[in-house]
Amino acid sequence: MNELAITVIGRDRPGIVADVAEVLARLGANLTDSTMTRLRGHFAMTLICVGPAAADVEAALAPLSADGQLLATVRAVTPDGETAPAGEPYVMAVHGADRMGIVAAMTRVLADAGGNVTDLSTRLAGALYVVVAEVELPPGTADELAGRLTTAAAELGVGVTLRPADPDVL
Amino acid sequence: MTAGGHGPEGGTYAGLGDWSPDSLGVPGEVRPVVSAPEPVLTYVGGEVDPTAAETVRLAADLIATMRVSPGCVGLAAPQIGVAARVFAVDVVGHPKALTVHGTFALCNARVVEASRWKVAREGCMSVPDLTGDVKRASRLVVEGVLPGTGRSVRLVTDGFEARALQHEIDHCAGLLFLDRVAGAHAIYQRKVYL
Repeated sequence: MNELAITVIGRDRPGIVADVAEVLARLGANLTDSTMTRLRGHFAMTLICVGPAAADVEAALAPLSADGQLLATVRAVTPDGETAPAGEPYVMAVHGADRMGIVAAMTRVLADAGGNVTDLSTRLAGALYVVVAEVELPPGTADELAGRLTTAAAELGVGVTLRPADPDVL
Repeated sequence: MTAGGHGPEGGTYAGLGDWSPDSLGVPGEVRPVVSAPEPVLTYVGGEVDPTAAETVRLAADLIATMRVSPGCVGLAAPQIGVAARVFAVDVVGHPKALTVHGTFALCNARVVEASRWKVAREGCMSVPDLTGDVKRASRLVVEGVLPGTGRSVRLVTDGFEARALQHEIDHCAGLLFLDRVAGAHAIYQRKVYL
């Protein structure tokens, strides 16, 4: 069974999700995980589906890109093998004056501590830049990491908080 | 809510009593509200002398500025550029408010009891373009000191007023709602401006 990673990016208009989903349904592709949002007004969708050959999906999506407004990519991916043991879930929030390199510097500190970013969003609102990252940390490392994040944030002139993610499950 | 802006306090809870903004005895001045990334919003505010003339003026200014700002249910000193532990709150008439203490200001306030945590969307005059989902206690006891009289109070509240108090106490500690958003997809571009 083929597992495919598909991205669709470009100028937003009504009907893109329906168009993409229709193509996949017609080909018998089972859409599993997907996410779609608008990034500064641009349509951005990433999804995983299971079923047809990559070339068939690529051909079927080609008409969507014909007017040059959308870019669709398809590639086969290896199904998930053994997943790494989950770490402790935390949320890192960074905000401050926009400048180059905030995401790079802060996520490097996370990575050096063995943290795995599992979800990330950034927003530029006027002069304010906001980063919120959900991250899984190796057990017992959060306190020391928080200190290193604070140092890195101070060098960038931004603020950072690292809090345990809400563990409530209803 | 009881008449005259008094809360539900009794027994060991010292409520606002007959305190009102008029008790400050000085007219407030409307001051400009600063927006993030203004650094003062991230400073830990210092304790104030609640009876000092400058604190009384600051409280009056916060109330005056809050009153002229549409949809504003609370305003903290850092938002008008002063890193100090003073804020004003007024949730009168808000549809989500249960207990309501009227219009008041508090100095050096701290949360002493918090329970019944709930996630809800909130915004901030100092972060005008974004909102976020934040978990806050919906049952709250706060201790603080009234500006002017210098009397200590222990306020018990709930619902939206509890949320507003926690939001303002956070401001006084240099924290924005952005520091408490529930996750990577819990911040939103604001769609409605009041």
